[in-house]
Amino acid sequence: MGDTSEFSFATRAFLKVYPWRRIDPIPWTPLRKPLAEAKVALVTTAGLVMPDQATFDNDVKGGDSSFRVIPHDADVASLIDTHRSETFDHSGIQSDPNLAFPLDRLHELARDGRIGRVSERHLSFMGSITAPGRLMRDSAPAAAQILVEDSVDVALLVPV
Amino acid sequence: MCNQTVSLIAAELERRGITTVCIVLLREVAEKVHPPRALFVPFRHGYPLDRPHDPARQRAVIEAAMALTERREVRPPLLVDL
Repeated sequence: MGDTSEFSFATRAFLKVYPWRRIDPIPWTPLRKPLAEAKVALVTTAGLVMPDQATFDNDVKGGDSSFRVIPHDADVASLIDTHRSETFDHSGIQSDPNLAFPLDRLHELARDGRIGRVSERHLSFMGSITAPGRLMRDSAPAAAQILVEDSVDVALLVPV
Repeated sequence: MCNQTVSLIAAELERRGITTVCIVLLREVAEKVHPPRALFVPFRHGYPLDRPHDPARQRAVIEAAMALTERREVRPPLLVDL
């Protein structure tokens, strides 16, 4: 695993010709404090939403680039998978959303002193975005602003 | 697509002064997109922390990723295999 062999022929063909965006120049922020003092936030692209939040819109051409804010005290087990992709097995994240949004693990790391604090707010995107223009222009800067406002030091980003 | 999406979000966060680490499930995509700091994991899509309901295993993967933020004297892109 860890490659495209698990995908259908059509998906592999699409990925082969897809114009992947190259990040250039690559921004780089070194961590300037011990991890044990750092405030950490999660960003998942598993399309998870809380029961009272709107699901991601599968009809948006190029992919729904919006995001949901998930608070630090959310019940992870109650999160709902609304990722549109049919290229992966959803049963794992549906059974245990920590698999792609490990908020419970983050609280454990804070409790054990491995990280400093768990951020108040975390973010959930639906990662199947083939046309990432809106993501780069609007959603990602808006998401970054939230984490800046919360004085987040480190973000862990988890795809599916 | 998720691998590109986390990478593009990470780039924006780094521009705003937040240290990031991405888990990636497709090494070849990370090699093209260049997330600033990434841990490649050889798991199935949909299983970025390997196993559901296995806190110890999930935590081991997270700790491997978080450890990349503690590396000194490296330059992007940093792409490390689990």
